[in-house]
Amino acid sequence: MAIAKRRWTERQVERVVGNLLDFGVAASTAVLLAGAVFFLARHGGSAPDYHAFRGEPASLRGLAGIVSDARSLSGRGLIQLGLLLLLATPVARVAFTIFAFARQRDWTYVAVALFVLTALLYSLIASRA
Amino acid sequence: MTNTEFTLLVGGGSLFAGFLGAITGLGGGVVIVPLLVLVFGVDIRYAMGASLISVIATSSGAAAAYVKEGYSNLRVGMFLEIATTLGALTGAFLSARLPSSRIAVIFGIVLVASAYFSLRHKPRTRTSDSPDPLAVRLGMDGSYPTREGPRTYHVHAVPAGFGVMFAAGSLSGLLGIGSGALKVLALDEAMRIPFKVSTTTSNFMIGVTAAASAGVYLARGYIDPGIAMPVMLGVLGGSLAGTRALERTGSGILRKIFALVILALAVEMIYNGLTGRL
Repeated sequence: MAIAKRRWTERQVERVVGNLLDFGVAASTAVLLAGAVFFLARHGGSAPDYHAFRGEPASLRGLAGIVSDARSLSGRGLIQLGLLLLLATPVARVAFTIFAFARQRDWTYVAVALFVLTALLYSLIASRA
Repeated sequence: MTNTEFTLLVGGGSLFAGFLGAITGLGGGVVIVPLLVLVFGVDIRYAMGASLISVIATSSGAAAAYVKEGYSNLRVGMFLEIATTLGALTGAFLSARLPSSRIAVIFGIVLVASAYFSLRHKPRTRTSDSPDPLAVRLGMDGSYPTREGPRTYHVHAVPAGFGVMFAAGSLSGLLGIGSGALKVLALDEAMRIPFKVSTTTSNFMIGVTAAASAGVYLARGYIDPGIAMPVMLGVLGGSLAGTRALERTGSGILRKIFALVILALAVEMIYNGLTGRL
C-alpha cells in the first residue's frame, strides 16, 4: 500500500510541476507581448544598433530597476519583466519540488533540490558586480 | 533598419529556427546565435543572451506537457541538475573573461559536433535488466508509459552521467545554448535510460540549467529586450508548431538539410572568429 500511495503522490507532483511551467510561460509571454506593443508604438520607427556591445543600462539588469521601469509602462522595462517571469519559472519549479520531496519524506532529494535552488539564487542575486 | 523591421525579421527567422530545431531535435538555440551574429550583425554577447532566454522558454513550454504525461524522470533530472547548474555558473563566468572572437570559434566547433551527432546513426539504447546499486540508493529507477502499459527501466553509471552533465552545463553557460544533444548523450548512452525518457528529461533540465547562467547574463547586461523579445516569441511559437508537426511527419531529409546549414554556419563563425571580425 505504501508504494501505491507514493505513486499517486508522484503523479500529483508531476501534474503540479507541469501546470506551474505552463503558467510561467503563459504569464511571461503575456507581459512580453504587452511590452512589445509599448516598445514598438514608441520606438518602432527608430533604428536599433546592436552591432557594438554596450551592455544594458543598470536599470535593466536588476529586479528593482526592471520593476520600476515596467511600472512606468516603459516598453523595454515591461519586456524585461516578462523575461524575469520566464527566468523565475524554473526557479519556482525547483522550489516546489523541495516541498513535494519533503511531503514524501525523501530527505536526500530535499537536500538535492535545496542545493540546486541555492545555485540558482546565487546566480540571480550574488552575480551582479 | 527600424526597430519594427528588426523585430519582424528576427521574429520570423526565430520562428523558422524554432520550428526546424523542434523537428530535428537539435533545439532552436544552436542556430539563433549564428543567425543574429552573421545575418543581422548583432554582437555575439547580445545574441547569446537572447538565445539563452529562448532556450528557457522552449524547455519550459515543452517540458510541461512531457512531465504531465509521465515521461520525464524527475529524480534523475533533479539530481543531475546539481552538475548542470554548477557547470552553467562556471561557463557563464568564464564567458565574461573570454574575448568574443574566441567564443565564436568555440561556438563553431560545438556547431560542427552538433551537426555530426544529428547525422550519425543513433545506436539503440542498451537498456538493462540488472539494477545499479548507486542508482537504486538514489531512487532513480522508474517507468514510462507505452502502448502496452507502463514499462520499468534501470538507471546506470550515475558518476559518468554527472560528469558529462557538468560539461553540458558549462557549454550552456559559455555559449548561451541549451546543449540538449549532450544531455541526451549522457542520459541515453552513458546512463542507459530509454530514449523517450532521456529526451524529455533532458528537456526538463535545460530550463533550470539555462536559468543558472541567465542570472549572470542579466547582471552583465547581455539580455537586451529589443533582441530577446522577438527571439523568445519566435522560437517558442516555432518550436510548439514543430513539436506538433513532428507527430505527423518524419524528419529524415530535413535533418540532413538542417545539419548542412549548421555546418555552413559553423565554418563562417570559425572563420570570422579567427580573422577577428567579430
